[in-house]
Amino acid sequence: MAKLNLVKALNLALLQEMERDEDVLIMGEDVGVDGGVFRVTEDLHRKFGSKRVIDSPLAEAAIVGAGVGMALYGLKPVCEIQFSGFAFQCFHQIENHVARYRMRSQGRFHVPMVIRMPYGGGVRALEHHSESEEQFYAHIPGLKMVIPSGPRNARALLVSAIRDPDPVIFFEHKGLYHAAKEDVPDEIEMLPIGRAQVVREGGDLTLIAYGAMLRLAREAAGTLADEDGVQADVIDLLTISPLDRETIVASVQKTGRAVIVHEAPRSFGPGAEIAASIMDGAFLSLEAPIARVTAWDVPFPGFAREKASVPDLACVLAAARETLAF
Amino acid sequence: MPRTLLEPRFQVEYLSILDSDGTLDTSLEPDIPAEDLKRLYRGMLLGRRLDERMIRLQRQGRIGTFAPIKGQEASQVGAVFTLRPGDWTVPSFRETAAMLWRGWPIEKLLLLFAGYLEGGQPAPGQNDLPITIPVATQLPHAVGLAYAAQYRGDDAVVMAFCGDGATSEGDFHEALNFAGVWHVPVVFVVQNNQWAISVPLKKQTHSRTLAQKALAYGLPGLQVDGNDVLAVSVACRDAVDRARAGDGPTLIECVTYRLGVHTTADDPTKYRSAEEVEAWERKDPLTRFGAYLEKKNLLEDGLAEALDAEIAAAVQRFEARGAANPLTMFEHAYGERPPHLEAQRAAMAERLSSGGPAAATDGAEPPSPPMRGQRATRR
Repeated sequence: MAKLNLVKALNLALLQEMERDEDVLIMGEDVGVDGGVFRVTEDLHRKFGSKRVIDSPLAEAAIVGAGVGMALYGLKPVCEIQFSGFAFQCFHQIENHVARYRMRSQGRFHVPMVIRMPYGGGVRALEHHSESEEQFYAHIPGLKMVIPSGPRNARALLVSAIRDPDPVIFFEHKGLYHAAKEDVPDEIEMLPIGRAQVVREGGDLTLIAYGAMLRLAREAAGTLADEDGVQADVIDLLTISPLDRETIVASVQKTGRAVIVHEAPRSFGPGAEIAASIMDGAFLSLEAPIARVTAWDVPFPGFAREKASVPDLACVLAAARETLAF
Repeated sequence: MPRTLLEPRFQVEYLSILDSDGTLDTSLEPDIPAEDLKRLYRGMLLGRRLDERMIRLQRQGRIGTFAPIKGQEASQVGAVFTLRPGDWTVPSFRETAAMLWRGWPIEKLLLLFAGYLEGGQPAPGQNDLPITIPVATQLPHAVGLAYAAQYRGDDAVVMAFCGDGATSEGDFHEALNFAGVWHVPVVFVVQNNQWAISVPLKKQTHSRTLAQKALAYGLPGLQVDGNDVLAVSVACRDAVDRARAGDGPTLIECVTYRLGVHTTADDPTKYRSAEEVEAWERKDPLTRFGAYLEKKNLLEDGLAEALDAEIAAAVQRFEARGAANPLTMFEHAYGERPPHLEAQRAAMAERLSSGGPAAATDGAEPPSPPMRGQRATRR
């Protein structure tokens, strides 16, 4: 057991999976000698060499496309896209091929690859370094879309993603990389992909969040308990797709009220699918309209105005109180 | 010295052995065993005859849109002829003759173009990827396969196909660059058939050749007469051998011509002249290779009829297929069906059992839509 931040926890997952399985390779820009711009792959190049930790040329489509070829051959590439904002240069590979090869070949081939990307704002970075774009991947059949919220679940989910027979898009929030440390066990841990966790229990309200927004949901639940005497369920989605509708619906059937928090813009975002799932499964239990706390539907406004766009604690509390008062 | 000339100065070779007049350069003539020469001709002719049959099937509404290969038989068969069974092929969508050579059954190809994904499923152990439709996007896959083969210590070679239009795509350049940097066993075969739908080569690139694009990435690039199966096989043999020996990737530009339509939804009279097509018909790869074999007394009597019978039998097997069971669409989205797909599958099963709309998916065929921006025509 060691106290690790998100970067070190992810590094541990990669290290142990590479030690366990020679088919696991890492590929991306600056992932080798430099250890990645966020140091997630630190030291792995030294341990496993340049054939397994590949400093690739600067070309996202070929990083993912070559990863597809490696995966078709039976290897398990873990590709790093340096920032999720640059993934549109490989989006066609992800949509056209990563997601579809199992279907296209009717099960003869599959693509057991992981594509890791830092995402999210609040880190005073320029355009394309601050966006939340999980909805694009969550919408594509054939992909799994995972977003951990802390070091321990990040480590366990990355191990699961590497061992998953299907392609996993794995988002890591930049704001969490060096945030809180957690106890992470030395022995390998896994978490099931497609399963959410209820991280706080209460009967009055359901707060649904993931990634960096989970911290806000937890804080809001604490404040609501302290100041309003309200007890909230807090759900950490962990996997965006396939969505764990069962856990969400069971909670809202109990509470009758739901607030969804995400950093991605509102329209057609994950919140819309979550809300529709609640309508499908818990309509008769609802006591109030489902609330969404999200970024505005504008392109990245520049980090001088970012605080007004990314949800904060006050936004979550206001939405929760409005929902409770309905 | 403010300006100096960098060495080496790059040059591109052009290889032709058997030209369109049937003139043979005996100094370059490869020593191919008689049985292989007969197999090559058979493979090319099978490609041609199936192509013609598929056009009729498409016109009759029995298969959907497809991309004919007529004129490109030598480029395809001459290339895959040099591979071992355990090697890999990575096709685009106009490689029917190459796919037949590699062992794809005719009825599977028909199934594919009739809209059944079952037709794109390679047999167990068959190292051939199914067709890729988005242009050039298959090329990075070939590089990754080659990297994996090298990583595992296997001696497999990967052969990837694309067309002249693909050389304008970013994925083409990224793939060549990766292949060069990684020095992996891949051979890129560019079938320069002069036309990317309606756009001629001169509007596609200002380069003198497509082969020279390889040179920028540190790969050998060679241009061959793509209608000369001897030249194609000599060039590919050399490239495949070098790849297998660890000497890295090669690009081979086969200069050929699409004698037919881009796809069955295309009308080429709109953008090119009959004279141009006729000029290329005189360079037909089958005519010159047939004459070459005739001189060697290797032409088999009744070959076309035998191939037609083989095709007819495959068409019969294809026509005897069962209706497409809609429920199977849920089988290969993921390795294990997640709960929402389980629920959607159950919903469809319910609709099917109650005779709902999903039950009618194998009824009257709608007309084939055009591929990649091509307008539909009725011809």
